[in-house]
Amino acid sequence: MAKIKFILNNEMRTVDVEPNETLLDVLRDKMGVKSPKCGCDRGDCGACAVMIDGKSVRSCLVFAIEVNGQEVTTLEGISQPKLTKLQEAFIQFNSFQCGYCAPGVIISATELLNNNPHPDLEEIKEALSGNLCRCTGYQPIFEAIMDVSRKRKK
Amino acid sequence: MAVVHNFEYYKPLKLAETLKLLKKYGDKAKLLAGGTDLAVFIKEGVLFPEAVIDIKHVKELQKLELKKDGLFVGAQASFSDILESANIKKDYLLLWESARSVASVGIRNRATLVGNICSAVPSLDSGPALLCYDAVVHLASTKGEREVPISEWFLAPRRTAMKPDEIVTGVFIPKPKIKNAGCYLKLGRYGGEDLAQAGLGVFVNDKLEYKLAYCAVGPVPKRAAKIEKLLKGKALSTVLIAKAMSLVPEEIAPIADIRSGKEYRIHMCKIMLERGLEVCTERMKGKIIDTLRILGG
Ligand code: FES
Ligand code: FES
Repeated sequence: MAKIKFILNNEMRTVDVEPNETLLDVLRDKMGVKSPKCGCDRGDCGACAVMIDGKSVRSCLVFAIEVNGQEVTTLEGISQPKLTKLQEAFIQFNSFQCGYCAPGVIISATELLNNNPHPDLEEIKEALSGNLCRCTGYQPIFEAIMDVSRKRKK
Repeated sequence: MAVVHNFEYYKPLKLAETLKLLKKYGDKAKLLAGGTDLAVFIKEGVLFPEAVIDIKHVKELQKLELKKDGLFVGAQASFSDILESANIKKDYLLLWESARSVASVGIRNRATLVGNICSAVPSLDSGPALLCYDAVVHLASTKGEREVPISEWFLAPRRTAMKPDEIVTGVFIPKPKIKNAGCYLKLGRYGGEDLAQAGLGVFVNDKLEYKLAYCAVGPVPKRAAKIEKLLKGKALSTVLIAKAMSLVPEEIAPIADIRSGKEYRIHMCKIMLERGLEVCTERMKGKIIDTLRILGG
């Protein structure tokens, strides 16, 4: 066991981990952060996405011990103090059905809009190509992001 | 899912420390940079390292260094780092396009180019670009440093010229000296995140020297030397391109697998050659072309 210390959603946290524990498992099982989901557990589906130092990563492919001293943001952090415009748009457009993919999609789309305030449809598709959604056919997800992009001041 | 295999985790801050660990553990150690391959290999019981050495904090293993005579891609440089560099897009477009075709953002933010050539799976997207640029792999161990040309790097699927006590500190890509154009075409089952069914790097310069390299259609990525020889010094024509396409089956050795059949791969490798050469010719004339949907999808 090793003690690691990192910023989780703006709060300094400490936790004991084994080297082989993934960040996904530690967040969910030891730290009570349930938004990252386990879909494939091998980097293909994007359901487990979180941000490390502002960049999206697959938490199923990161060992928790690696994030010692870094900053991890999950959907719980993004939603503070209130839902973002993007999240409001997802609600308005009924973008999700079961919602299993939603945390990962929101992480990816948030990162996209941080880097590129006015993405076109192609850019949105490319940015979300690592997020699988089994329910919606993606259309309502794209529409919500397009809407946020349009409503932002150029 | 809990990971069954456990290991010692090391986080050296200096290269010398890293090399000492490698000497101690030899092939029982695995280096960890992005971890996008390593974590899967450990989880799925393909690898059982005793020690995992995280090299993300080793001071000497810098990210990217643009030099006058070329680009040094350090062991910590992720594909996103490459994509974010406007200079790389301008001067090494073939490399840039191959980086763009790797998986998806969440993987590219983490996965490194050096890790890609160390995993050395046949479908690696960075292979063709590095082969076309005649890149040089830089290695270090407690015994000293050495360099291996990329053409001698890939030995077999997942086997490279690296010895167990060595680390790849980076890859040097010499800057092409005269006007040139390049492109990377990747065939996947759909647009977006997929492993390549076939990949092709094409590079042309002002002297009409052509460099071509395929991946995912043989045990290791490799240059298409016969086609390069045929094209050398010649301006492209329909007849010449057709001749080049007819040589494709001699250059590649694809298998049939879950991603596609053998015949389909051979057929598409011809089409990719044709389109890749066309793109490069147009780019030489200064035309801006996006290759993202050039194979459909
Ligand atoms: S659970 Fe991590 S990518 Fe699918
Ligand atoms: S809403 Fe069910 S997986 Fe996307």
